[in-house]
Amino acid sequence: MFRQASRLLARTTASRRSRAFSSDVPATPAQDSNFIESWTKVIPNIDPPKTPSSFMAPRPATPSSIPTKLTVNFVLPYASELSGKEVDMVIVPATTGQMGVLPGHVPTIAELKPGILSVHEGNDVTKYFLSSGFALIHANSVADIIAVEAVPVDHLDPALVQKGLADFTQKLNSATTDLDKAEAQIGIDVHSAMNSAITG
Amino acid sequence: MASNAAVPFWRAAGMTYITYSNICANLVRNCLKEPYKTEALSRERVHFSISKWTDGKPEKPTIRSDSPAE
Repeated sequence: MFRQASRLLARTTASRRSRAFSSDVPATPAQDSNFIESWTKVIPNIDPPKTPSSFMAPRPATPSSIPTKLTVNFVLPYASELSGKEVDMVIVPATTGQMGVLPGHVPTIAELKPGILSVHEGNDVTKYFLSSGFALIHANSVADIIAVEAVPVDHLDPALVQKGLADFTQKLNSATTDLDKAEAQIGIDVHSAMNSAITG
Repeated sequence: MASNAAVPFWRAAGMTYITYSNICANLVRNCLKEPYKTEALSRERVHFSISKWTDGKPEKPTIRSDSPAE
């Protein structure tokens, strides 16, 4: 019954060891030369079709020395706010606290809470308010920031934020079920984050 | 296997991450200044054209518009 066990165990541990981290970026060639070769052998009169790898730029390999700039991709469901932009630093609102990301940051995946994302470029600081999302920081000094909704801080209306904060504080006191309480708590969290974003 | 690690309060109340993040996004949209608010809310609106099929033929379609819940 357990004849295969040792072999299976050895295989699982071996494969686990060799598996790369998802944040490690494999350096992929732009075109698969094997594919092109076999294509021209079989159909020499037709050009080989373009594959996704010829349309998509491969991820840059991790450089041995730390680059001076951080490449940021900042995407929303409906827009691409920053695409491959080279900046000095970003500060993301992680659930564990504000997290500054500089070039050469260790690979991390961070869940984001409602708060300010600031993009530092020399003396220019661009501030966005994020509702929630994730930041994926890769070993090659590329940071992908994904959010559901992000707006420039000056697009927020202070009067509406104050009103919402008061409404949800009242809602939390009158809430009876766990779900209602959680919804009210989310309301308070988001509105206080917006409030401190506007005032601070 | 369920994890025994501490979970956020909204998860403990039975919400999923999608529900939580959509609530957060809606609250932010509702606090925008005027030209941006209408734009953001109209972007999130969804329209369905629904028609029931009877005897293998579709009936007259009805349009249902859903704006995200508050």
